[in-house]
Parts: sequence; C-alpha cells; structure tokens
Amino acid sequence: MEMQKLYLLVALAPLFGAAVAGLLCRVIPRWLGHTVTIAGVAVSFIGSVLVFQDVMAGNTFNGPVYTWMTTGDYSFHVGFLIDSLTATMMLVVTFVSLMVHIYTIGYMHEDPGYNRFFSYISLFTFSMLMLVMSNNFMQLFFGWEAVGLVSYLLIGFWYTRPTAIFANMKAFLVNRVGDFGFILGIGLVLAHFGSLDYATVFAKAPEFANTTINIWGAADWSLMTVVCICLFIGAMGKSAQVPLHVWLPDSMEGPTPISALIHAATMVTAGIFMVSRMSPLFEMSTTALSFVLVIGAITALFMGFLGIIQNDIKRVVAYSTLSQLGYMTVALGASAYSVAVFHLMTHAFFKALLFLGAGSVIIGMHHDQDMRNMGGLRKYMPITWITSLLGSLALIGTPFFAGFYSKDSIIEAVAASHIPGAGFAYFAVLAGVFVTAFYSFRMYFLVFHGEERFGKAHHDEHTGDHDDEEVSHDHHHGLAPGQKPHESPWVVTLPLVLLAIPSVLIGYVAIEPLLYGGYFEGVIHIDKVAHPVMEELAHEFHGPLAMVAHAFRTAPFWLALSGVVVAWFFYMKRPDIPAAIQRRFSGLNAILENKYFFDKINETVFAGGARLLGRGLWRGGDVAVIDGFIVNGSAKVVGWMAAVVRYFQTGYVYHYAFTMIIGLLLLLTLWVRV
Amino acid sequence: MFNDFVAPSLYPAAPEIFLLFMACVILLVDLGVKSPRRTLTFVLTQLTLLGCAAITLLTSNTEVVYTFSGMFVDDMMADLLKLLVYGAVMLALFYSREYIQDRQAIPKGEYFVLALLATLGMLVMISANHFLTLYLGLEMMSLSLYAMVALNRESAISTEAAMKYFILGALASGLLLYGMSMIYGATGSLEITEVGERLYTYSVDKSVLVFGIVFLVAGLAFKLGVVPFHMWVPDVYHGAPTSVTLFIAAAPKLAAFAIVMRLLVSGLITQAADWQGMLIVLSVLSMGIGNLVAIAQTNIKRMLAYSAISHMGFMLLGIVTGVVGGDARFALNAYSSAMFYVVTYVLTTLAGFGLIMMLTRAGFESDELDDFKGLNKRSPWFAAMMMFVMLSMAGIPFFVGFFAKFSVLQAVVAAGYYWLAVAAVLFSLVGAFYYLRVVKLMYFDEPKIQEPIEGPLFIKVLVSANGLAVAALGLFPQFLMSLCAYALMRSLT
Repeated sequence: MEMQKLYLLVALAPLFGAAVAGLLCRVIPRWLGHTVTIAGVAVSFIGSVLVFQDVMAGNTFNGPVYTWMTTGDYSFHVGFLIDSLTATMMLVVTFVSLMVHIYTIGYMHEDPGYNRFFSYISLFTFSMLMLVMSNNFMQLFFGWEAVGLVSYLLIGFWYTRPTAIFANMKAFLVNRVGDFGFILGIGLVLAHFGSLDYATVFAKAPEFANTTINIWGAADWSLMTVVCICLFIGAMGKSAQVPLHVWLPDSMEGPTPISALIHAATMVTAGIFMVSRMSPLFEMSTTALSFVLVIGAITALFMGFLGIIQNDIKRVVAYSTLSQLGYMTVALGASAYSVAVFHLMTHAFFKALLFLGAGSVIIGMHHDQDMRNMGGLRKYMPITWITSLLGSLALIGTPFFAGFYSKDSIIEAVAASHIPGAGFAYFAVLAGVFVTAFYSFRMYFLVFHGEERFGKAHHDEHTGDHDDEEVSHDHHHGLAPGQKPHESPWVVTLPLVLLAIPSVLIGYVAIEPLLYGGYFEGVIHIDKVAHPVMEELAHEFHGPLAMVAHAFRTAPFWLALSGVVVAWFFYMKRPDIPAAIQRRFSGLNAILENKYFFDKINETVFAGGARLLGRGLWRGGDVAVIDGFIVNGSAKVVGWMAAVVRYFQTGYVYHYAFTMIIGLLLLLTLWVRV
Repeated sequence: MFNDFVAPSLYPAAPEIFLLFMACVILLVDLGVKSPRRTLTFVLTQLTLLGCAAITLLTSNTEVVYTFSGMFVDDMMADLLKLLVYGAVMLALFYSREYIQDRQAIPKGEYFVLALLATLGMLVMISANHFLTLYLGLEMMSLSLYAMVALNRESAISTEAAMKYFILGALASGLLLYGMSMIYGATGSLEITEVGERLYTYSVDKSVLVFGIVFLVAGLAFKLGVVPFHMWVPDVYHGAPTSVTLFIAAAPKLAAFAIVMRLLVSGLITQAADWQGMLIVLSVLSMGIGNLVAIAQTNIKRMLAYSAISHMGFMLLGIVTGVVGGDARFALNAYSSAMFYVVTYVLTTLAGFGLIMMLTRAGFESDELDDFKGLNKRSPWFAAMMMFVMLSMAGIPFFVGFFAKFSVLQAVVAAGYYWLAVAAVLFSLVGAFYYLRVVKLMYFDEPKIQEPIEGPLFIKVLVSANGLAVAALGLFPQFLMSLCAYALMRSLT
C-alpha cells in the first residue's frame, strides 16, 4: 500500500511541477518556475531510487491504481507494473531529466519562454514515467502519445522560426505513421486476446502461437508476426528507425536540453523499451525478429555515414543517436533484450552528456553551431572539453568505458544469432564501430583542437541548415571578431560532471548483474531453444575485467582505434584530404548530403501525393458532395423543418391542450385493444 | 377496534418532517425580518437544506423500509436522489440570490419558502409508494412552482407563463389521476408495490389496465416535458424569471425520474412491453422535435427549454431498454444509465443557468443568444465554463455529457434496438449544432457589451466549481456511475 503511494508520487510530482509552471507561466517569477519543476523531478528521482531499492529487495507490483471506465467486457485502467525493467527506466529517466532541468537554468537563461520550457520538460518527465510504469497497452499508448506531444511542442519551442515549425510538423506527421502501426497492433491484441493488460496478454500468448489471420488475398499470416510487426512499426516511428527516422535530425531545431533529454536519452528509446517489454510476444515470431534485426542494422550503419559529413555540431550527435538506436534495435532482433536495455541505459548517460556538452559549446560560441567556426576550444572550456572527451570515448566503445560493455555485448550477441539477416547485421554493426569512432573524433578534433577559427567574420555564411532564417531570437549570433569563448556557468557544467561519472563507470558496474545475474528474470522472456543468444554470451563471459582484456584481441577495438586515428589524420594533420575526397567522390557526397534522398522522396511522393489526393477529394468529394449536398443540403432541410415545427408553438393555451389530447388519443389508439 | 392501530415509524420520513417544520418556522421568522436582502431567511433556508441532507445521510441504510402502512418508502435510490435534490436546490438558491435582489417586484421571503415547499413536494414524490402519496407530492411541488413562475408580478410574460403552466398542469394532473383510478379498478390496490405483486399473481382485465397506463404515461410525460406533452416547457422556461427557470430545470427532473421509476418500474414492470413502446414513441419525438426546434431559437432560455425536451427524450431511452422480451437481465444497467443521465443533466443545467444569471443585472436579462457574443473577450474564464456546459450537453468527449449519452446508448444497443441508437445519435448530431453555435458566438464574434462580469466572489467560485465538475466528471465518471448503479441495485428487487 505504501509503495503504491510512492509510485503515484513518482509519476505525479513532475506533473504538479509542470502544471504550476505551465498554467502560471506568465505570473510566477523565473526562479519559482524552475524551483518548483526541479523540486518535482527531484522528488521523482528520489522516489525512483527508493522504488529501485524496493525492487532489488524483491518486491514487484502489478495492479490497477484507478479504473478509468468500463465498457462492455473491457475496462480501462490506470495501472502500474513495477519490476526491474521499469525501475531501471525510471532511474534513467528521472536522473537524466533532473540533470537536464538543472542544465536548462543556464542554457535558457535569456529566453522569454523560460517557465514554459520548464513546464514542458516536466510534463515530458511525467508522460515518460507513465509510459514506462504502465501495466497495460492503453496507458502505454497514452504515454506514447503524450511524449510525442511534448516532443512536438518542444521541437517547435521557438515557434517564430519557420524551420522549427517545419521540423515539428515533420516529426508529428512521421510519428503518426508509426503510431498508426502501433495502434493497429494494439487493436489486434484487443481483438484476439480480449484484454489490454500485459500480464493477461502474455499469459494467453502461447495459445495463439499457431493462429493465422488473413490480411488480404490468399496469404495467411501468423497472428503473432503481424501483431509484432505492427507494434514494431510504432517503435520505428518513436525510436527513429529507417525509413521513419527522418524527423530526428530535424528535431535538433529544438533547444539543446531537449535534444539531450527527449531526442537522445529517453523518449526515442521508448520503442526499445516497448519491444523489450513485449519480449514474450516477439519471441514467438522469428520473422518479426528478423525484420527488427535488419531494420536496426540498416539504421546503425547508414545513419552513421551521414554523421561524417555534417557540419552542425548538434546534427553530428543526432546522427550518432540514430546509429546507436540502430544498435539497440539490432540487439532486440537478436533476442538480446537485456543487452538492448543495457545499451539504452549507458547510451542515455553518455549521449545526454555529449548533447549537453555540445550545448555548452554552443553557449560558449554564442549560439553558433557550425563546427567550421570552432576549433581549439579546449583551453577556453576545460570542463566541457574533458567531459565531452569522456563522452566520446564512451560512445566509441573504448574498453572499460560504459559504451564498450554494452556495444561489445551487442556485437557478440549478433555474432551468436543465427536468424535470417544476422550475417548482414553483424557486418553492419562491425563497420558501424569504425564509422562511429570516425565521426565522433572528427567532431572532437574540429571543436576542441586545431586552429582557432572562431571570431572571424562569418556572419555572411551561416550554418547550412539555417540559411533561410531571419533572426528573430538572439540565437545564432556567433562570436564577434576578437571575442573569446568562455566556460559555461556551474549549472551547466555540474550536470556534465554528474553525467560523466556514470558514462565512465556504469558499464563496469552493471554488466554482470544486468546481463548475466538474473536481473531481468521473469521480466524479459526469451525462447531459449529458438534463440539461445544470451546463453552463449553468458558462456563466454568471465567478468568485466576479463572482457576488457579480451577486447584488445577483437576486431571492434581495432576498428574503433583506426577510426580515431583516421579522424586525427584527416582533420588534424592533413585537412586537405577530406576536401579532396569530397571532390573526387562528388556523387557519393551528393547522396550523403541529401541523406539518401529520404526527404526528397517523402516530400514529392508522399507529401505531394497526399496533397494531390487531398485536393481531388476536396474538390470532388468535399465541395461537391459533402458541402454541397450533405452539409448544406441537410442544413437546409433541418432549418426548414425547424421553421415549420416552430409554428406549432403558437402561444395559445388551447392549442397546447389540444396537442396533449391528440398525443393521448394517439397512444390510446396505438395501444389499447378492446 | 382501534386497538390494533400501530403508530407508524416516523424515522424514514424524518427529512420531510424536518423540512415541513422548518418551512413553517421560516415563514414565521420572515415576518420579522426587515432587511430587504432577507439574509436571515436565506441563511435559514440553506441551513434547513443542509439539515435535511444530514438527516437523510444519518437515517440512510441499505435496506428498503416502508412506513405509514406502506404508503411511504425509504430506500437507497430515494436517499441518493434526495441528496441530489438538496444539492440542486441549494445551488439554485445561491445562484438566484443576486438575481432576485436586483428585481424589486419579486417578493424575497416567499421565494425561499416556496422553494422549500416545492422541495418538500419532490421529496414526497421520490419516496412515494402509493398513488395518493405520489399525487400529494406532485401537487405540492407543482403548486409551489406555479406560484414561483408568477412571482415577478410586474411581468406580463411571467404571468402568462404561470397561467399556461397552471392550466396545462391541471389537465396533466387530471390525466394522471384518471390513469391511477383505472389501475386501481383493474388491480384493486393503490399501493404501488402491491399493484406490482397483484399484476404478477392475478390475471387482470388487460384493456382497462392498458387504458390506465396510457393516461399514467401521459401524466408522467407532462412532468418530464416530452413531446407531445411538452408545449408548456418553452413558454415557462422563457417566461419565468431566470432564477425560477433554473429551479424548474434542475431538481424537479430528479423527482420526475423518481416517479417514473416508482410507477412504471416498481408498479407496472409486468406491463413493460406496453409502456416501453409508448415511451419509445415519445422519446423519438422528443429528440427529434426538441433538437430541431432548438435550432430556430434566438433566446437562450427557450433554446435550453427545447434542449431539455430532447435530453429528457434521450434519458427515456435508458428507461425503455430495461426489459427485453420479458428478460430483465439488463434492467439494472439500463435504469442506472438513465439515472446517471438525469443526474449529470441536472448538474450541467445548473451550471448553464448559473452562468446566464451571472451575466444579468438589474434591468437586463441577458437571455438572448446575441448577449453571448464575444463573451471570451469579456471574461475568458466564464466563457470557458460556458463552453464546458455546451460541449457536455452536445455530448462531446471527455465531458460528462458524453459518458451519459454513451452509457444510455450502450443500454440501447445491449437491448438490441439498433435503429433507436442510430436515431439517437443522429438527433444528437443535429443538437450539436446549436450548442456549438453558442461556443462560436462566445469565441468568434465581437462583443456587443464591453463591461466585465460582476458578482460576489463566492458565487463566481461556485459557478466555476460547477462548470469544472462538468469537465472533471467527464474524466472520472466511474464513481458517480457506480453510485447510481449501487443505489438502484439496493432499491429494485
């Protein structure tokens, strides 16, 4: 009972903060706005720690907290499922959120929408917690949509910028595509299982192992495959997997703290979390797992390539996020759910760190995001430099760092998997290691080392993606000639330091219990006969130190190292080489510059097609049939009838009495049989 | 021969007795009150209602208790409805206070006493288990209401409305009494539960019985205000002072629901096939005519009158789907959906008229639709409240009106009347037009009047709470729904 109240407190404290800061955003002073939201999230974080300890002590919970409504045989509950997976997610979400809240004080310092911003990020924390704590699909969907909404609001936070509005619209539309699949999956679950509670559905799932359904034509599909693929399409939208990834890079239009919290550490991992939660369903369909694996592999490799040619510091990190989400998805496909969650966790820390570090650089550069204008920042921003270096080392999988343990485990898991597509996935994740190291250290060298390129007259040549922007805010100013960047205030650097600690250590600490210690026992279900990946991994695992020792004899380490060296050579030693390559392979470069033409295809084929169809329906269907005939026609009929019937209300009392008598006679003649 | 006389237990009727006593006391006290505001009378009236609520709560139990030789019944349904009546009356009086203060012609002391006596009538109706008790309560309420409608003695339109109400009400009472006498003729009993039992055990003359039922249904239909016994509704709503309109529009609907349950469900459930058929006709006509004619109105009180007609028609759908082909499996579900509907309708109506009265002041009624133009510019908060009321009445999720409509429709579908459900939805669609028109006027038109909305803070808070309740109950409808179901389950056997 006591714990139930704690669960509610964890979820509702950020909502309270969001409500206060949001509803009263024009009334309350700034210090109150950030105090109340930070207090809410801090309460939530402490609560999560307590919940985590409680779960570690073996107490889990699954039950409804409030029945929202009952219709027919279905009742819709607000309920919590608290187990090790939930507790892990709660810790990650509230910790990163707390860091981002604190960081925001410094980052949004001059923004007129200060309280509004705090309200949104607290609302996001609430939504995300509802999502991960849910014990049923209904609430999961609520949280899913709520985080989507907040993401939309935050991408368009600077709503006077046309690019921001374009980006949030794009994110919204692309996520609709994913959500469409997701809700179809949920609908199928409800239709066949008759329930939306996880526990009931998972318990019933084995009964449906051989059920097939007919979608169209003569082909029969396994029900579980269709359900899982539909659900995964939802995950593809939210977790930005190819081809629904196009919104994520554009989402960088939002303020940097958001990019860290929502578009790197937490929300985009909702899809990963969801698939892990649904492991009992996914395990029943090897076809669906193969699909997951291949999509993840494509995302992991090809999005990494795009990171290489970006000049906007945030976009490099954004593509790196896409690529890492691909890694997590690959782990899911290989049935290594716990590894995916492990990587999710380590990634949350080091990617939030990298984003916040990038944000700190942006503050130092007076909101100039173009790496070509940076260089040599190391001596001006020492804390940002060292934390970013640690983050990058974690990202590329340097032995002993957090990312090493999770990413190496993924690669080994794929190597051990034998489902269709595993060979391609193995190649993709291996090649991805080199690419990751290359673009990460390209960014690192361009920003922190080398020639100081800032303070030169570059105002005529803005960042590629923001050319068309009229300056409506005081962002994107850049440094004036002669100005020097400076280290950010403590509210910015403190979260960096606090995030750097888990980025370095968490892998070493957590790998053994999380992957091999029965931590997810009874939470994540794996079909050990069909997908024995984790068994094989456990067989080869001899402790975290042994893993480091072993790493020096494996390909990933040398690939990462060569990535770093090549980046150093290209961008520190011989900056003329990349330019030459760019000229030589202009065709390839064009493909990358245009992000494989995904946006072009979407804009011409889908958006254009939709507009064409819309115009046709509008002219033919809407204007002619619906407006002309149905709406105006029926409105005319209704208006005419209203006017006629109205005349019966004459105002004469004997007419009224007469009507009553008529009514009485009508009833008498209809019902009385003598 | 009087030795076997047993003094009846007064306990179940304690709220009514207290109310009657206090009404007399207040009448006397009012003689001595000199202040034009009659604060003492007002406070005493409200305290009386609070006292009644306390007594009802304290004497409430889950059993069905009969007293006065079976003429009077106290069960959970009665308790719940009575509590809601007190609440509705109290709110109505709070909202009315400023309004009647601003109008010199309305006598203040009598207003509160009449309201109390009308409330007494409703309580008796709710607890009636005998045709005569029921009739007594009905007349008690109706006579008080006729007088209240006419209270504004300087207004010709009020007097006219009261006159029409009185004449037609007398006619309806006649119909009801005639129906009762027919049923007495057929069954030989005036006690409602006894009638039910006799119909179950003995065979009775079918044509006399049905003849009686037709008259009963006609009388009830008048009280509910459903077509074709609805003609008084627009004139009375329009003609009465707005505070009285609010009074009539709210609590009496609960009492009317109660007598429908008592007469038709407790007494005549065996004849459900007959009266359900009649009510279906009345229901469809009400939804049709109510919604259609509401569109043509320019006066918001008249518009809400037609809206009330259509809502009562919709509520009847819950009553007519209780018994399907002799099978009463879904009865509880259907009746509790009707009860939920009427309760939430009363709540929404209270908020609506409360807001209308906030906009009035001395010499200005603010009852034309045009008076709502640009309300958002004058007061965004109260415009939002009015929007809640209108959206809820239109049945838009997630306001309480949606869940009310939804649960009734669910009962209709469960009973297999698909065409009826379709018709109800279509008529609601027509109805959405005039509700949304008010929203459009408030938000998209330029205001005719610029002055801000004034009024005591307490009333503002109360109206806001009422409006927010309409929204909040839409988010958390389950409690009230299960309360209605529980009360009915405990009362119907």
